[in-house]
Amino acid sequence: MYDTTYYRASSVSDATSKLAGTEDGKFLAGGQTLIPTMKQRLAAPSDLVDVSGIDALKNISVDGDTVTIGAACTHAQVAGSSEVAQAIPALVSLASGIGDPAVRARGTIGGSIANNDPAADYPAACLGLGATIVTDSREVPADEFFVGMFETALEEGEMVTAVKFPKPAKAGYAKFPNPASRYAMVGVMAAQTANGVRVAVTGAGNDGVFRHSALEEALGANWSADAAQGVSTDAADMMADIHGSSEYRAHLVGVMAGRAVDNS
Amino acid sequence: MTKVTMTVNGKARSAEVPDNTLLVDYIRENLRLTGTHVGCDTSQCGACVVHVNGQAVKACTMLAASAEGAEVTTIEGVAASKDDLHPMQVAFKENHGLQCGFCTPGMIMTATDMVSRYKEAGKTLDEHAIREELEGNICRCTGYHNIVKAIADGASKMA
Repeated sequence: MYDTTYYRASSVSDATSKLAGTEDGKFLAGGQTLIPTMKQRLAAPSDLVDVSGIDALKNISVDGDTVTIGAACTHAQVAGSSEVAQAIPALVSLASGIGDPAVRARGTIGGSIANNDPAADYPAACLGLGATIVTDSREVPADEFFVGMFETALEEGEMVTAVKFPKPAKAGYAKFPNPASRYAMVGVMAAQTANGVRVAVTGAGNDGVFRHSALEEALGANWSADAAQGVSTDAADMMADIHGSSEYRAHLVGVMAGRAVDNS
Repeated sequence: MTKVTMTVNGKARSAEVPDNTLLVDYIRENLRLTGTHVGCDTSQCGACVVHVNGQAVKACTMLAASAEGAEVTTIEGVAASKDDLHPMQVAFKENHGLQCGFCTPGMIMTATDMVSRYKEAGKTLDEHAIREELEGNICRCTGYHNIVKAIADGASKMA
């Protein structure tokens, strides 16, 4: 790992002002992606501003039909939350399937969505449930937040502080994990929301997480695994790597969408 | 350089370390507690698992500076005394839950963490659950069968 300068932030404003004064600094939350990336020398931030100790970012609250999860909440915290389990059980099942137990003890929701790994689980949750991303300066709908692979609408130095999930009538998540990394080969969040059926796919798309309009239409007409599996996905839009061809992923999208419906 | 202060196996420890020092390197190099291992360097194998504030984490994927003020327990700190073994260590010994032993410290730390988490949540730690919970710990010798048996046995011994 290259040299870096560490700073522990005490509050959100402390974190953003500290980062603003750095040459090429980054926020450090649970570090479960950033630290391995730094160890491989694929990232070399001049400074790390550790936000994992900011208590204000660690709350989960349910207010009416909105579940608000602080950016520094760990996956284990979400997975173990009885409040979230009652409001959006699909979110608990998604969080309990991220990485492994030690990763879930450190990794955070804010870190996951700010990184927007094309195979991460939380981007599918945000997009599929129609969440709103809260930052230190504004609120961004998930539809506008996830711009592309590892790209988000976050401005330089802008920090995710919370995610607001509207409670769906029904939602389910299913993923086919890569057997080695546990990242999604394909992960699908399907939800019946106040604004109709939403379906988000992670792990598969060339441009990262995306909404699948054909699946949304099919499931809007008939909420069933059969309806999902009858929808085909264009392989040209899918990623291909040593773990699976684009045709394989295109096929998996329908299968995982069906299982997501079964899980709802 | 950053000054880090934490409690490791019940003792207050403190040192000035470079900011990019990993917790596992601090434990092994500064504190000379070499029971915590480094297996893969890519955050996958779990040989470096220690408890930080009661949670099992990968010490190779956390900066020492991030553990400021924390209570850390390593494999050297699980038994009641130097001459004792923790019930989970006894179970690994009795069930032949290891061959080369390289992954064992991480396995034990993960095992005691899962037993206490399941107990706290009132959930049953059956064989399937043990296998799922071992997702982040890799063993290249045993094929896991005896590790799973050892953890089930250790869980009953910890009760």
